Amino acid sequence: MARMKFLCDADRCIDCNACVTACKNENEVPWGINRRRVVTINDGKPGERSVSMACMHCTDAPCAAVCPVSCIFSTDDGVVLHSKDLCIGCGYCFYACPFGAPQYPKIGNFGSRGKMDKCTYCAGGGGNEASGSIAEFKKYGSNRLAQGKLPLCAEMCSTKSLLAGDGEVIAEIYKERVLKRGYGSGAWGWMTAYHEGIAP
Amino acid sequence: MTRRSGFAGVQGILAVLMALIVLVCALPAAAQQRASDGAPSPDQSAVHEQQLLQEAPRIEGRIDIPDTRASVLMQPAGRRWEYFHEITLHRMGAIVILGMVALLAVAYLILGRIRISAGRSGKKIQRFTPLERFSHWLTAVSFVILGLTGLNITFGKLVLLPVLGPESFSGLAQWAKYLHNFTSFAFVLGLILIVSMWIKDNIPRAIDIDWIRQGGGFIKNKHAPAGRFNAGEKAVFWCALGAGLAVSVSGFLLLFPFYVTNIAGMQVAQVIHAVIAVLFVALIIAHIYIGTLGMEGAFEAMGTGEVDLNWAKEHHDQWLAEKLARDGVRQTP
Repeated sequence: MARMKFLCDADRCIDCNACVTACKNENEVPWGINRRRVVTINDGKPGERSVSMACMHCTDAPCAAVCPVSCIFSTDDGVVLHSKDLCIGCGYCFYACPFGAPQYPKIGNFGSRGKMDKCTYCAGGGGNEASGSIAEFKKYGSNRLAQGKLPLCAEMCSTKSLLAGDGEVIAEIYKERVLKRGYGSGAWGWMTAYHEGIAP
Repeated sequence: MTRRSGFAGVQGILAVLMALIVLVCALPAAAQQRASDGAPSPDQSAVHEQQLLQEAPRIEGRIDIPDTRASVLMQPAGRRWEYFHEITLHRMGAIVILGMVALLAVAYLILGRIRISAGRSGKKIQRFTPLERFSHWLTAVSFVILGLTGLNITFGKLVLLPVLGPESFSGLAQWAKYLHNFTSFAFVLGLILIVSMWIKDNIPRAIDIDWIRQGGGFIKNKHAPAGRFNAGEKAVFWCALGAGLAVSVSGFLLLFPFYVTNIAGMQVAQVIHAVIAVLFVALIIAHIYIGTLGMEGAFEAMGTGEVDLNWAKEHHDQWLAEKLARDGVRQTP
């Protein structure tokens, strides 16, 4: 069984934001919600790095643990999905998430955030909708995984900085790069998301 | 590469210990791994990713999209908040609240109901005005609603979810959330009214020391001296004021996200809100016990506003004397 992960090779990301655009287009995400974003650290200074970040589909996902209605879960592939029918919009997953992945349609005064939305690894939703159905697409976005495809953000990354796929496979790709060019700035977020780093 | 699954709890504790040791050992080195402007430097910190994260619990940068709140790249503190919410709070909440119930059960078994020693006189005297009772019950009813809906968001998935099933429980939890958010305003109003009316009678005085020394009248047939409020009631008043203030402020920070504080602040606010609320619930359970089951003649003070003369004599002798001096005994029909 594959264990799906994301890896952003911070030495390759050029802050082109194509992953952000691809995600919004593929999933027809509502206005104001960005499931994926690119953050630039040390902007304009020596050591500047850009990192593309979305839900990392964590091991022991903190969002799933704190959800008061237990509407977030990990699939057999390690993808973290949730049911928008059960979500009560309390915001707890947003407090717990190390990566700022959960988003809400509204700012949320008086707790009126609306249903949480986050990266689904292009694997549809965790509700009762049939896999690949129009109802599922409208609520959660694309279900590429059911078609045997990986998330579009990683698939179309021009520098192959953002990798998606089985954790062992993408870690192997990253290690090959490290052997060739040196470790660089590391695989940001892996220690927090999966309790493991990729050291040289 | 190996995949580590299972033993997550043990691993977590070990990781925290390791991180602490690493942090303590590497303090001078950590200082060097920042860029000249103090920001975490990816190049210099490359070899120790975990150390990099420990140095900067929040890694923030520049972002192209308009939503600047998304410029926080990582906040590993979320994992710590998760531990508080799922482990610490569950254990602490269960121990404090069930512990208080057990304590009161023991108190009831040992002390029993504190009776009016001299029996009822049949004469009534007004203790609380209608406005005072309205304020009390406004606060009380909203507190019970806030307490139950608040406990639901923490313990509901353990207690109610298996019974009700996911759909019904989510529906209930959604309504509980809105009830909690809007009842807060009634609670704050009640708290303001109560404090403004009773604060002058709750200022500690020398007599309170006597009351505490005599065990607060909990030892049978021995009644301690007290004014309008005894030292125990004063303690409840000041605790309720402090706790009420803490839960209100932290609650409003959560109710209006990003107005005052960011996610890091909201995590702290939630921890304060939850810890104080659990202690507050335990305090109020004790308050409810002593006002109903624990003492004969106590409930009517807030029920009808009038207490028996003998009850007043035994529990609030100085207040009764002052009151009688002011307006004399009133016979109820």
